[in-house]
Amino acid sequence: MTAPGAPRLTPSRPMPWVEARVVAVRPETPTARTLRLALPRAVPFLAGQHLVVRLTAPDGYTAQRSYSIASAPDGSAEVEITVERLPDGEVSAFLCDVVEPGDALEVRGPIGGWFVWRGDTPALLVGAGSGVVPLMSMLRHARRTGREDLLRVLVSVRRPADLYYDGELQGPVTTVAYTREAPDGVDPAAGRPVGRLTVADVEPLLRAGATAYVCGSPGFADTATDLLMGAGVPADAIRVERFGPTG
Amino acid sequence: MVTITPMASFTRGFTGRSRAPRDPRLPPGQYDAGSEWPVLTAEPTPRLDVGRWTFRVEGLVETPTTWTWDELHVLPGSTYEGDIHCVTTWSKLGMTWRGVSVDTLLAAAVPQPGATHVMAFSHTGYTTNLPLPDVTGGKAWVSWHVDGRDLPVEHGGPARLLVPHLYFWKSAKWVAGLRLMDHDEPGFWERNGYHDRGDPWTEQRYQGD
Repeated sequence: MTAPGAPRLTPSRPMPWVEARVVAVRPETPTARTLRLALPRAVPFLAGQHLVVRLTAPDGYTAQRSYSIASAPDGSAEVEITVERLPDGEVSAFLCDVVEPGDALEVRGPIGGWFVWRGDTPALLVGAGSGVVPLMSMLRHARRTGREDLLRVLVSVRRPADLYYDGELQGPVTTVAYTREAPDGVDPAAGRPVGRLTVADVEPLLRAGATAYVCGSPGFADTATDLLMGAGVPADAIRVERFGPTG
Repeated sequence: MVTITPMASFTRGFTGRSRAPRDPRLPPGQYDAGSEWPVLTAEPTPRLDVGRWTFRVEGLVETPTTWTWDELHVLPGSTYEGDIHCVTTWSKLGMTWRGVSVDTLLAAAVPQPGATHVMAFSHTGYTTNLPLPDVTGGKAWVSWHVDGRDLPVEHGGPARLLVPHLYFWKSAKWVAGLRLMDHDEPGFWERNGYHDRGDPWTEQRYQGD
């Protein structure tokens, strides 16, 4: 992780806390929602970085959590985050159920200089659940800059209703693996059988020199990295972001 | 066009969890993870064989020293009872960690007078930098046993550095050694936007805090 894949230095100082205005909300799935935030000014970031959102109660109690940016780094002062509502999620439930357009949220960032894709190297993106959020920023960035050819994207999802970013996770470089239930109208005898990721899902997507970005729950991250390493991807070519149940 | 207004004093509609009086063991901005122990790691989880595992103290020391797993276990043991704090805002309170004090390891290797900082390094290549005074004086351990069980691999087993008074990314998982230096230089997360020291009580989370 140090020598060959050492990251280049990143603009590493996050902006201080600023007030962002929620300008739009959009459901992604029954348990996840995208918030479009207007920042006071455009903040440069890299695809894969995250923001910290801080909520303050009337008695001064605060809670802060990190959320990956889902939108592409396009120089705009508006960015999108996608929030999965966790059971008992103190912050995620508020962001999914209570926040409305017009509300103000304190945010800072961008954070993280490791799980980032700069848009000019081949990469394999593997994600599940809310782990697709930073990968979506990378894919949107690639499409925006006309470099989708650099990416291969593999998304694991239980059932069609759980798939984020309706329609966007389709196309020549993306593969969606359904683990429990396939979309209606798809002949189960044709194409990929429903089930967990296997090496057969991974192997066609491998290219020498590509960096793998794996994002999801700790269990998914370990499963996916094991598959990649089993298929011959060196450990130092794999970057992992594990999303924990931090509410 | 966005209208910029002064920072709201609170967030509309947010009350937070119903909560007991705040535990004084929690630094600002942290919450008690209770029985949860989240896993946040930037690299594949390595499977390390304790038969070949080593721990090394090198750099500005009189006697660069390497211990095997068995050699480390015959050193005088040391226990930390207390709390840990992750920069992602969870804390775990009242843990019991067992291992060997970094003081014991440094006493064998003997830091040279010019040593001011250490770079902890892991078997995975992970690194993190610390001022020498933050790993001496009973403040740091190499630990392999937590709350009555061997340290699980996802939490850095077979052994990790334990520096519980700083944010937990300083407590390098799968630790392989300490390199003593006469200057500070950023480790892995410190190159990637995180603070060089990481004191949770003053919320030194990111570069510039």
